[in-house]
Amino acid sequence: MTLPPPTLLPPMTSQMPPPAPPMAQQFPDIPAVGEALVSHAVNPWVALAYLAAGVLFILALRGLSSPSTSRAGNRFGMAGMLIAIVTTLVTHQLASLPEILAAIAVGGAIGWVIARRIAMTDMPQLVAAFHSLVGLAAVLVGWAAFLNPEAFDLLVVTGVSSNQDLVSIKTAIGPVSRVEMALGVAIGALTFSGSVIAFLKLAGKMSGAPILLPGRHIINLGIIVAILGLTAAFAMGEVDNTTYFAAITVLAFIVGFLLIIPIGGADMPVVVSMLNSYSGWAAAAMGFTLHNTAMIITGALVGSSGAILSYIMCKAMNRSFLSVIAGGFGAEAGPLGDGAKTDRPWKRGSAEDAAFLLKEAENVIIIPGYGMAVAQAQHALREMGDVLKGHGVNVRYAIHPVAGRMPGHMNVLLAEANVPYDEVFELEDINSEFAQTDVAFIIGANDVVNPAAKTDKSSPIYGMPVFDVEKAKTVMFIKRSMGGVGYAGVDNDVFYMDQTMMLLADAKKMVEEIIKHLD
Amino acid sequence: MDFIAILSIFVMACFVGYYVVWSVTPALHTPLMAVTNAISSVIIVGALIAAAGAGNPVAKWLGLAGIVLASINIFGGFAVTARMLAMYKKKERPAAAAAKGAAAAKGDKA
Repeated sequence: MTLPPPTLLPPMTSQMPPPAPPMAQQFPDIPAVGEALVSHAVNPWVALAYLAAGVLFILALRGLSSPSTSRAGNRFGMAGMLIAIVTTLVTHQLASLPEILAAIAVGGAIGWVIARRIAMTDMPQLVAAFHSLVGLAAVLVGWAAFLNPEAFDLLVVTGVSSNQDLVSIKTAIGPVSRVEMALGVAIGALTFSGSVIAFLKLAGKMSGAPILLPGRHIINLGIIVAILGLTAAFAMGEVDNTTYFAAITVLAFIVGFLLIIPIGGADMPVVVSMLNSYSGWAAAAMGFTLHNTAMIITGALVGSSGAILSYIMCKAMNRSFLSVIAGGFGAEAGPLGDGAKTDRPWKRGSAEDAAFLLKEAENVIIIPGYGMAVAQAQHALREMGDVLKGHGVNVRYAIHPVAGRMPGHMNVLLAEANVPYDEVFELEDINSEFAQTDVAFIIGANDVVNPAAKTDKSSPIYGMPVFDVEKAKTVMFIKRSMGGVGYAGVDNDVFYMDQTMMLLADAKKMVEEIIKHLD
Repeated sequence: MDFIAILSIFVMACFVGYYVVWSVTPALHTPLMAVTNAISSVIIVGALIAAAGAGNPVAKWLGLAGIVLASINIFGGFAVTARMLAMYKKKERPAAAAAKGAAAAKGDKA
């Protein structure tokens, strides 16, 4: 591949401003003030290659509309990434190809090993960790572009002066590029620190409980206003001001940290989706800076994807996006939300009783929740389902949109355990079937079956769509103990119903016990 | 490209994203997040330009660090998505799958 020689001063034709300075006649190659100083010739094939990469990324997401097309979609995504990387490599003069290839090899190997080894139950924290990497990469790219704007074609001419035969041209980063850069770095930094906190909370390395600072809304708002103000000052300034740029970066790191700290527990799926969205906007902002269509298309796709997932999660909890952002949900809930209520009578069942009822049942609906993931009970659960099917029982799985710690988490765990996806149903598709169901088998879920969401206006989960398990003939509730309540910290009337059998044990052990008694 | 042209691409892509993502089945929302993670690392393009650019050694090292981070995400993101999607392969009917299912489960772990 031959590269066009870099021309520092592109030939000027009719683009000169009307009152042509006398200098321009002397030196027709000198750009006017405000012109972009383009050092790399723009090849239309390069732009087309990046566009092709962007289209392949769209196809990658499109493939996910059905499990049967999803694998092809993933390959489209890989092809798009390959095109983007190769195009960049062949169109830039590479002073440091060995280092670049080594960096790709190191990162690739780390990523590959992590992807092979990660347990499916740990997907939420992995995704959060990956978001933080996108955010940090955006910060690094933004700073690199700031320090070496010539390599990114970001320079515009700010002044031309001549001293006899010597013409000196003053250049700086254009104001639009500066705004794009500052926003890209700010969103990247915010994504990074927010995702690190989300990762620590999801991985259990930090308390999942919300941490509430006094006056946090004012502090956060103040920092965001400061970032915007500094961005404006940075764009207007005469020279490229390192202090402003550094201040924007640091403040964005701080606000990302402060925004996620007060959010916890049941709101984590929203946080993960929201950070997904931010990582997309960071990539899009960098795409604006670099005038790169692949980055802009991808950023827009990822940004809207995360935003839609956040919306779905909020709707599934009947919470407004703003109240999630404000944080603090479940902060004041003790393990026993209401002492008086827990004195009500309840029935304890054994694995043997449960096995007997399950075997005699015609229709069983299994409702998994995060507790199933914690106990790693999905494989035992699938085995129980298989044995029951052998007894002629119709076994189906019902998944609430917010079950687990990220969107679709339960579906992946059941798929991992080889549960066919046509036996797994969404809330709205199966909720009308509970009246014809003999056993509703709740394993590791709680708030998503709490009828208080339908009846008790004072309940924190009021209005949240829930499974109508109380309509089933028998309800089996696997739970560690009677003490703990769900993440929302509300008591659940289902525990005390006549047809409810509480199976108090570790979820996996209980399911294994039940399987023993099924034969 | 001028700013308005780029902005137009961005706005159109947001609409495409909106409709495409609503068509994703909820069962695949976790793979969706993993794959969006991988593709948003197209930001590696910026890191490559920085690492390739001569002139500023600090910018070059920032670029190289960016390449490492983005590569972790690209390889990790696509690989973990592929791993998850492989689990959604159509299973045989339960009657025939009883014996094979156990074998397949072992195969997955390997």
